[in-house]
Amino acid sequence: MPNNLQSQDYIRISATTLTPPSVRRHEEEVAKLIDVTRCIGCKACQAACMEWNNLRGSVGQFEGTYDNPLDLDPNTWTLMRFTEWDNPKGDLEWLIRKDGCMHCEDPGCLKACPAPGAIVQYASGIVDFVSENCIGCGYCVKGCPFNIPRISQVDHKSYKCTLCSDRVGVGLEPACVKACPTGAIMFGSKTDMTTWASERVEDLKSRGFENAGLYDPPGVGGTHVMYVLHHADMPSIYAGLPDNPHISTFVQAWKGALKPIALAGVAFAAVAGFLHWVVWGSNEVEDRDEKEAAELIRAEGGPK
Amino acid sequence: MTYPRGIFIRNSATQRVNHWITAACFVLLMISGLAMFHPMLFWLSALFGGGQWMRAVHPWVGCILVVSYAGMIVQYVRDNLPTHDDVAWMKAIGSVLTNDEEHIPEVPRFNTGQKFVFWSMALLVPVLLITGLAIWDAYFEHATPIETQRIAALIHSMAAAIAIIIWIIHVYAAIWVRGSVRAMTRGYVTPGWAWRHHRKWLRQLVETGSMGPRPGS
Repeated sequence: MPNNLQSQDYIRISATTLTPPSVRRHEEEVAKLIDVTRCIGCKACQAACMEWNNLRGSVGQFEGTYDNPLDLDPNTWTLMRFTEWDNPKGDLEWLIRKDGCMHCEDPGCLKACPAPGAIVQYASGIVDFVSENCIGCGYCVKGCPFNIPRISQVDHKSYKCTLCSDRVGVGLEPACVKACPTGAIMFGSKTDMTTWASERVEDLKSRGFENAGLYDPPGVGGTHVMYVLHHADMPSIYAGLPDNPHISTFVQAWKGALKPIALAGVAFAAVAGFLHWVVWGSNEVEDRDEKEAAELIRAEGGPK
Repeated sequence: MTYPRGIFIRNSATQRVNHWITAACFVLLMISGLAMFHPMLFWLSALFGGGQWMRAVHPWVGCILVVSYAGMIVQYVRDNLPTHDDVAWMKAIGSVLTNDEEHIPEVPRFNTGQKFVFWSMALLVPVLLITGLAIWDAYFEHATPIETQRIAALIHSMAAAIAIIIWIIHVYAAIWVRGSVRAMTRGYVTPGWAWRHHRKWLRQLVETGSMGPRPGS
């Protein structure tokens, strides 16, 4: 695997059976906190993401919704998703969620990836794709519980939010955080963000949102992108945010038990064959067989 | 086609070519598949010019194998249909494994072990095809839901592992039973080989005055 200058920062590396460099495990974990309740849907974050990461998607079609483009793609690493939700009181609520990679503590993409070093997790918790190692198989798409990675049909590489690892690495906040005009996107240590979120949640509860809460799903070990939701009891109303995300059982079996079992089965077959040969030897035609065959042929009318 | 005098044709030229196309595809698929299956085997991707090339080539080789194996089915299915001979052969499996030829019943063109390989692959190849298409992202990324693709990836890996195990049995049997490799490379066996391993087949050929591979041909 080709190294880059930050290799000692990796605490998880895709498709490796070895322990990644762990001298920096003490580093404080970071988190981006997206306060959905303070978002005005201006898409400054989307623009800033394109700007910093130098992404230029093709101009699409207007589909009669505020979602633009309609979905994440190799050039769209973050996307505002708009939902019109009729609350039980009969009022309309406009829910706006900034979608993108959640930077799971236990990343399904990394677990599923077959290419060594194509997906890494830094000591800070950021999950990053190393394009030069990516083989474009799309296993990360299957591993991800949030449906985030997108494979480019142009270069067959997988793309998603990097949490601006290049900015964070030099002490800057992610571009979307920098651009947000309402302070709906915050960035800092995970501890600080959790504390800040709990203040926000308390405030929201005092204002009538009794189900307000922090979205930091334990099914994936928590995430390094968290949401403050006014309706944390129903994450899925926010454009399908998973209620209880976890790495699929099928992916767990495929990337877990099956690997040693299958290789053991193959090895067993090979060893069994070799031992059979050692014990019983090869089965060779004897002179007697040729004689018997010749007799049969003669009896039936001689050689052809 | 030139064959030595007095031999029997075990596999026709068409069958042999068909077999080796299938075999080449299988080996390429196995190597690339194992490389994508287990991190410790990823180095095998270098044989394909790197991970990207391996990922791109694997499904196409699979397509060739599917067509090729369909040809195998057409050419071999008649002699692989189960018969009463298989019951007798299975009862004598202990003698088979210990080279105790005296106690093995007379075998037609294929014994039960060979039929097992044939039918296992006839089942596994379509399973690998269908699950493989579902996870062929370059063309079918959006053809099925992601959950379906997860199941497909799991089944594809399991089916492939079983296929590889059966392939090992197949290859070992060919090495174990001397003369079998030539039966698939040059296509012929000696009368003694036919007498020893497929006596019923030999009797059928001799009765019809045929050189093989099938009575009357």
